[in-house]
Amino acid sequence: MQITEELVSYVAQLSRLRMSPEETAEMQKQMSEIVSYMDKLNELDTDGVEPLSHIFNITNVLRDDTVAPSYAREDILKNAPEHTEETFVVPKTVE
Amino acid sequence: MDIFQMTALECGAAIRDGKLTAVEAAEQVLAAAEADKTNAYITVCREQALARAAAVQADIESGRLTGPLAGVPFAIKDNICTKGVKTTAASHILGDFTPVYNATVMDRLEAAGAVTVGKLNMDEFAMGSTSETSYYGPTKNPWDLTKVPGGSSGGAAASVAAKSTLISLGSDTGGSIRQPASYCGVTGFKPTYGTVSRFGLIAYASSLDQIGPVARTASDCAAVMDVIAGKDPMDGTTLDTPAAGYLDALTGDIKGLRIGIPKECYATAGLDPEVAAKTRAAAETLAAAGAVVEEISMPFLEYVIPAYYIIAAAEASSNLSRFDGVKYGFRASKEDYSGLVDMYNATRSEGFGTEVKKRILLGTFVLSSGYYDAYYRKALRVKAVIKQKFDEIFAGYDLILCPVAPTTAPALGKSLADPMAMYLSDIFTVSVNIAGLPGISVPCGFDKSGMPIGVQLIGKALADKTVLNAGHAFQMLTDYHKQFAEVK
Repeated sequence: MQITEELVSYVAQLSRLRMSPEETAEMQKQMSEIVSYMDKLNELDTDGVEPLSHIFNITNVLRDDTVAPSYAREDILKNAPEHTEETFVVPKTVE
Repeated sequence: MDIFQMTALECGAAIRDGKLTAVEAAEQVLAAAEADKTNAYITVCREQALARAAAVQADIESGRLTGPLAGVPFAIKDNICTKGVKTTAASHILGDFTPVYNATVMDRLEAAGAVTVGKLNMDEFAMGSTSETSYYGPTKNPWDLTKVPGGSSGGAAASVAAKSTLISLGSDTGGSIRQPASYCGVTGFKPTYGTVSRFGLIAYASSLDQIGPVARTASDCAAVMDVIAGKDPMDGTTLDTPAAGYLDALTGDIKGLRIGIPKECYATAGLDPEVAAKTRAAAETLAAAGAVVEEISMPFLEYVIPAYYIIAAAEASSNLSRFDGVKYGFRASKEDYSGLVDMYNATRSEGFGTEVKKRILLGTFVLSSGYYDAYYRKALRVKAVIKQKFDEIFAGYDLILCPVAPTTAPALGKSLADPMAMYLSDIFTVSVNIAGLPGISVPCGFDKSGMPIGVQLIGKALADKTVLNAGHAFQMLTDYHKQFAEVK
């Protein structure tokens, strides 16, 4: 698999990361090396093997629908870079 | 009394017996943490620790706290949320984050009377094998300050080895407890996936992450497991297994224990002959104590690294999407962006370090349309093969014994210059996470330049007590774990 600078830029955009041309070039180099190593998996025949997400057979975990205390809003908001007394504040998104 | 002459269990006993108070123990560890030369700590929380130690001491004297770890000072890896104490995951993006809740492991440690003295350095978001990707500077190896302590739980291992704490909690996604324990000459235990709650652990790769202890002995690790293991309603992946009995399981009896040594591990390119010799000698020590040691095959070894890095990067890219400059942590300054999406871009680009960005990019790539089947799904198929092969091995053996890492600790800077070599050095540890198995690293000797070597013991899923008991048996027969670095 060929990793191009265009692909790095595209993936960076999906990842919400800004990359300078220098960073893109360096990432292209490093990702190429790693991805070509990942291609090694193609040597292994996995035809007929089902992908395995969970090691243990896990089932949906349900709990009783009971009211329990939660964290105080003012405490949660203290960690936000910008907030009012009640909400997080983000840059304007709708004109 | 110098608590650094003691194990954590001995410290707990001394406090229970009234020979030492929890406050005195905390004072000693706080002083050592503040004087630490390895940059093992990101935060030392003196005031909180002393207040807590006083409360714990009162509870011990009144008989409310009677457990073996009551009053024992602990240091905690900085990706485990501690209520009211800054938790950074060694990242700029979380530099100002103070959790409003405890991780479940912290609630359980506190209920057992443990006293948190500080938060430990690590690779940023646990992504790295050297603790050099920390925003707060690298941690150094106490045995040689020009070398890395390993990672990502480098602070957890270095602090124990440097006598900057007695015992710590780390996390292990691909070897992040076991490998630094090996590099620093201490004991590190990674439990079966689902044994310890991950609630409040800042996620790297959720299907691989597991919290565990780093300590002087396997028995100290077992005592911590008695406290932190068990089902947690806040983590749906925790298993409904008996929570306690780890310490009681340490009989030291390993007669008839079947141990397999994978020949592929010892044929690995770049394996240091001294590491090979010392880990094989450890197998002989166990054999002399009654274990049955045989050579086995681990035919999938060359595929574990690519499978691991695909799965880990994929989960990382998803987990780290929550860091967006809105709910917590750092946000780029206003002149650096215009509009919401650009704020995300600016914040994430400035807030994450290079290694984290690389893994986000890799993960986004392997999950992206057109590449998902070829990489991510392929890696999950290989994971199924690896699990199957482990099942076959454990049908005939109780434990696998192999090195923790191919070499002793490398020099600072070396791995950053050659990241691919750093990834490859995880070859003996990552399969344990892929298959969810328990594993321990115990000190088994030193190389010619005096750097510690660890041996790894791996058990089948839920055989955590077998693994800890084998580590304990080895430590009853050897004294490598009783040797400490003179930090200079």
